[in-house]
Amino acid sequence: MSELLTGARIVAAHALRESLRRRVFFVVLGLTLAFGGLYAWGVHELFSDIDEFNGNGFLDAETLAGATILGLAMFGTLFLGVILAVFLTLNAVRGDAERGLLQPVIVRPLGRGAYLLGRWAAAAAVSASYVVVVFFGGVLLTKLFGGYTPDSVIVPALELAGAVAIISALALLGSIVLGTTANGVAVLMVFGAGLLVGLLGSIGDALDSGTLSDVANVASWVLPFEGLYRDALFQLVSGAVSEGGVTGALVQLGPLGGSHDNHALFPLFCVGYALVVGALALAAFRRRDL
Amino acid sequence: MSDLHVEGLVKRYGSHTALHGVDLEVGEGELVGLLGPNGAGKSTLTKIACGLVRATEGTVTVAGHPAGSRAARAAQGYLAELFRFPGWATADEVLVLHQQLTGSEKGAGERADLLGLVGLSDARERKVEEMSKGMQQRLGIAQALVGEPRLLLLDEPTSALDPAGRRTVRDLLVEVQGRGVAVMLNTHLLSEVELVCDRVVIIDHGAVVTSGRTAELVRPRGVEVETAAGRRVIEGAGRAEAPRIVAELVAAGEQVFGVQVLSSTLEDVYLDAVGERESTRSSG
Repeated sequence: MSELLTGARIVAAHALRESLRRRVFFVVLGLTLAFGGLYAWGVHELFSDIDEFNGNGFLDAETLAGATILGLAMFGTLFLGVILAVFLTLNAVRGDAERGLLQPVIVRPLGRGAYLLGRWAAAAAVSASYVVVVFFGGVLLTKLFGGYTPDSVIVPALELAGAVAIISALALLGSIVLGTTANGVAVLMVFGAGLLVGLLGSIGDALDSGTLSDVANVASWVLPFEGLYRDALFQLVSGAVSEGGVTGALVQLGPLGGSHDNHALFPLFCVGYALVVGALALAAFRRRDL
Repeated sequence: MSDLHVEGLVKRYGSHTALHGVDLEVGEGELVGLLGPNGAGKSTLTKIACGLVRATEGTVTVAGHPAGSRAARAAQGYLAELFRFPGWATADEVLVLHQQLTGSEKGAGERADLLGLVGLSDARERKVEEMSKGMQQRLGIAQALVGEPRLLLLDEPTSALDPAGRRTVRDLLVEVQGRGVAVMLNTHLLSEVELVCDRVVIIDHGAVVTSGRTAELVRPRGVEVETAAGRRVIEGAGRAEAPRIVAELVAAGEQVFGVQVLSSTLEDVYLDAVGERESTRSSG
């Protein structure tokens, strides 16, 4: 076990060093700052516009506006985190083997399991840290420029981190059987499909369509990053939802996927899901001739 | 115990059989040349030996350990035909990574020694992306030697090198062998094998067609004599018969201006082994 972890640590450190040296982080930082600036401006404008709106006593405009724009920021954060996770893993096996980068490393004593674990750990650590930092930045900007504080911040941050960690595992599995471009396209399409199903689920909830809701719920288990995202949205507004009323009903619909609380065992399921994806990746990698 | 032992090795890719029961040995400190045309199965054999490709049948051991096992991988160094190091890394960083991967604790001393061995002492801090292909190839050999492997598996190590670079690698192989490292050199270049290898294995269509010590494979082809009547070759005669042939010619009143013992080159041996099969297949 210690050999596995030592090998994984070496591979992860190498992958992180590569990201630093290739200035990936600088590009991401620059784009994120631009995103943050635009978001701050948007929050400021939004809350300026709703200042004079009193909701006639049945609508809490500040909660609705804050939850909506922070939910949108959460989608943006997840999307950027997924892009980062995918680009850090999409060529980990087949792509690197085709370029001749993998063979000198994989013939060393570390073993294929340690290589996969190292690549996943590096991608998951970077993308999870990224979404947590950007999410908290979004929460801070919403508070500073709009005065809105969500009902929960810790759990949504952890769920976003879990979502990108699962995407990293899926992209790593894809990298064993698919070429770089095909894998990138496939993982992003799976991610998009997950969000789309979540959106259908929220429409199903609004229209009281059991079929659409069921499809969304099944998708949450099949593609648990989507379930984590939906629950993260729910956690933002859980207090308003429990209070009910028009505000509670509107915020529950949520932006881009709708909010929905998960089963209590869902986090455990996500861990198991990632382990199964990892085991499948290892089995496929062990069978692969390089 | 041999450093590489291959017995009855078969590799199939679907319906295509790349290796048909190959047997091969590389003894301790031995330098063996693996020759064969494109698609003969040389790279597949090398990749199975270092654990990149799984064998379908047969046994392959490296230093007594099953190929691909952790112990086997710890005992080998490998340079792939198509390899690349991260362009952002310096030569020293590449070797540091491989020291970590092999568990070598020899530190900067080993790195300096290996870079000196391949003539890259001055390029220690140079990034891979700033190196010529030849320099990268030499860095690849240095990388393969990290951790003092018992067996070095080199797949076309001189394919991208100019004549001077090839000579450097040849000298390097002799130096490496002097350190007690066994080498299996997979190459197209017969002259390279002829100059440095102890033994040659010629493989074609997944089977060993000829093997043996280089000197043993090269057979006498005759004795060429230059007389006043011109040059003629006494077919089948060897070095031992040259004095008798000259004496008989002189006794017969001929003037002998020159005598040369002819022997087949490794190229002849190679073409005999591979070319005959090619022509058999063509006519078949």
